[in-house]
Amino acid sequence: METTNHTPIEYSTEEGSNKILGFWVFLGAEIVLFSALFSVYLVLHSHTAGGPTSKDLFEVREFMIETFLLLISSFTCGLGTIELRRHNVKGLVAWLVITLLLGLGFVGMELNEFITYVTVEHATIQTSAFLSGFFVLVGTHGAHVSLGIVWMICVVIQLLRRGVTPVTARKAFIIGLYWHFLDVVWIFIFTAVYLTGLVL
Amino acid sequence: MIENIKSFLGSFFVTGDPMIYGADASIALASIGIVFYLTYFKKWKWLWDEWLTTVDHKKIGIMYIIAAILMLFRGGVDALLMRAQLIIPNNTFLTSQHYNEIFTTHGTIMIFFMAMPFIFGLMNIAVPLQIGARDVAFPFLNAVSFWLFFLAAMLFNISFVIGGSPDAGWTSYAPLAGLKLDPGVGENYYLIALQISGIGTLATGVNFLVTIFKMRAPGMTLFKMPMFTWSTLVTSIIVIFAFPVLTIALALMSIDRLFGAHFFTIEAGGSPMMWANLFWIWGHPEVYIVLIPVLGIFSEVISTFAHKTLFGYKAMVWSMIAISVLSFTTWLHHFFTMGNTAMVNSFFSISTMIIAIPTGVKIFNWLFTLNKGRIEFTTAMLWALAFIPNFTIGGITGVMLSLAPADYQYHNSYFLIAHFHNVLIAGTVFGVFAGLHYWWPKMFGHILNERLGKWAFWVFMISYNICFLPMYFIGLMGMTRRMYTFPSGLGWEPLNLIITLGAFGMGVGFLIMVWMIVYSAKYGKRDTTGDPWNGRTLEWATSSPAPEYNFAHIPQVETVDAFAHMKEKGTADSIYKAPFQAIHMPNDSGIPFILSVFFFIAGFGLVFEWYWMAIPGAIGIVVCMILRSFKDHDDHHHIPAEEVEQTERAAGRLS
Ligand code: HEM
Ligand SMILES: [Cu+2]
Repeated sequence: METTNHTPIEYSTEEGSNKILGFWVFLGAEIVLFSALFSVYLVLHSHTAGGPTSKDLFEVREFMIETFLLLISSFTCGLGTIELRRHNVKGLVAWLVITLLLGLGFVGMELNEFITYVTVEHATIQTSAFLSGFFVLVGTHGAHVSLGIVWMICVVIQLLRRGVTPVTARKAFIIGLYWHFLDVVWIFIFTAVYLTGLVL
Repeated sequence: MIENIKSFLGSFFVTGDPMIYGADASIALASIGIVFYLTYFKKWKWLWDEWLTTVDHKKIGIMYIIAAILMLFRGGVDALLMRAQLIIPNNTFLTSQHYNEIFTTHGTIMIFFMAMPFIFGLMNIAVPLQIGARDVAFPFLNAVSFWLFFLAAMLFNISFVIGGSPDAGWTSYAPLAGLKLDPGVGENYYLIALQISGIGTLATGVNFLVTIFKMRAPGMTLFKMPMFTWSTLVTSIIVIFAFPVLTIALALMSIDRLFGAHFFTIEAGGSPMMWANLFWIWGHPEVYIVLIPVLGIFSEVISTFAHKTLFGYKAMVWSMIAISVLSFTTWLHHFFTMGNTAMVNSFFSISTMIIAIPTGVKIFNWLFTLNKGRIEFTTAMLWALAFIPNFTIGGITGVMLSLAPADYQYHNSYFLIAHFHNVLIAGTVFGVFAGLHYWWPKMFGHILNERLGKWAFWVFMISYNICFLPMYFIGLMGMTRRMYTFPSGLGWEPLNLIITLGAFGMGVGFLIMVWMIVYSAKYGKRDTTGDPWNGRTLEWATSSPAPEYNFAHIPQVETVDAFAHMKEKGTADSIYKAPFQAIHMPNDSGIPFILSVFFFIAGFGLVFEWYWMAIPGAIGIVVCMILRSFKDHDDHHHIPAEEVEQTERAAGRLS
């Protein structure tokens, strides 16, 4: 690998490195945003108002599969970054497409989970404060993933059209940061919402 | 059918009040007038090319300031209407509902659409120049921020004639602001408009943080930065940590109102207190977002017109940083009376008092800067000097309010109103006025008329004290805030009369100021040197108004007060010496404006729960973002060296 001693291509222009720093800062703001949602959820967790509780609702099999899909997608996305450093468009795009498919699988399962809750269990956002908190916290994460999918598709198209340039490399790198971040948030959801919800 | 349309229009437009019909008519006339002017003088293309699509930080700054002055007018009219209602007991000028709407829009507009944009405008104008940069780090994003703010402000303002204004106070407390107690579209306007402008504010925070970290001129280490730049950096960090909480609070209440969730409702396990917590976790840092930048402005103005380096530079910086950290630890002082334990109240009481220490450090540093300085009493300096005592009164009464047991007495009385206007007006408003006078030549190339400026200053400053000092006393006499009328016989008549007279005096001061701006545009003294005040920082090193590329050559920095140092050494001309090189600049773009229009459309749809409108609006937003993503591969151009030379020659910089 001859690129390891040099600045990576995504950092090679001033604009590129500024945008990457800007994105890190933005992720800092996102952490605050999710922290607020987590606190709201945890405060309201016991406010079930006679409706279903988290124990009644959560299915271990479902959320474990969701977790694996997202964790693996984070791994494949990381493999994509390695190909980016090698300036290998084909490899990068291939990994990103796999990431996308895994992400779609995750969003599909989450939608399915929500629809089951609403139609079968009659647990909607209007049922109780607990469910309002649940749907909005998990849904905000899901909306982030969905947006990430649209965004990643745009990046893939640009990579195919232009190859690895400082601009496309920066974009691929930043969408990678975003994807890993969503993975980290999910780990917290997994622990604080699903696992905790099974025992408390 | 006709009946249906009639009843729809009857609820869509606000009806029944002659003042509103007057407003309808004047809005319609002003709009027709503007369209006619632009068409008749063939100015549409100019408007689009020069302003709507610009990404130049200086033009964006000017637009922020114009919008903020318009909003100051709107918020000021609201204030005068309130005070007109309270001039005599049992007045019937405004109904209780109307009064509720007016104090809500007054507070919201003043904070979100006047104070913040005014400050962001000055940051846009000055910060890139102060650090010797060609623009901010993300010029496109900067335009997005501005247009989101602007269209959000328009969305909020039309509530007054279409659908009805919010009426639950600028704090919009649950459950009062919930659907049960406050049906209708008013609160939706509050929630959606603040959400949209909040996104823009967050983007501004990120933008200025990266700009200041990464784009400083060579040699300018962090501790050689001008104080206003420092204050902007600290403010950006507060914005980044505070605004996401507001985003969540507003989103949750919107979901409560639009989709029947139970975050803040009383039934189904909702928690109204959670709104108070979320709102103030953002809200207290917010007061520092509108204060810290003006502390930076005062530092610049005081050091410039005392003709001395700022006293205690490092202490100034560290006290700002301390304030920014502490500002996140005090939010509960806004609801000492809402059933907390004694321990909790004590903690927040103490954390609040601690903030007085770094603030006091700053006050003393300014005093020491003045000490033995050659003080020049320009209008900018007058505003800065008036700030010191007036703000200190607000600070001391703030410490009084922070004593939890005593606050049970002052809470939600006119004492509180007096306190926060003492900090918001003597701090923020005096500060942006000082900044406006100070940087005006850099923006427009001429100096604001000093004689009219001083008239405006004295009229405004004296009236301000006539208006707000009596409020402390009437508050202690028992008059509560948000009271739309009062009975006679309580002994409140004289003070209320005086307060109202003071308020109108401030209105006169504002009018003199507007006249000063118009007059100076015509007769103002030209600033041909680029350095009208014998300035100390880099914005004065380039010509006035600053050229598009800011500096022909990026300056080299050795010390604090970089430009003063260059002048001493005789190297001030290094930034405009031939030969020149081509300069790399960002391209203009129409996307920020169009994107924001879609935000407006989507927002309006959400306010009325018209999803046929909201959904296309949202699709428009996504399409604009995708377009931007595909188009940003070559969004720069070069200004050729010859053009740089011509520009410098035209500014009289080359002999
Ligand atoms: C120009 C002179 C001003 C006057 C005469 C004025 C007067 C008033 C009055 C009479 C009230 C309502 C008192 C009540 O509760 O009944 C009020 C509330 C308020 N004002 Fe001002 N004000 C002025 C400027 C400002 C400025 C510059 C700001 C902010 C930067 C501001 C922020 C607020 C806020 C946040 C409220 C609270 C609104 C609420 O209760 O929800 N005001 N003001
Ligand atoms: Cu506070």
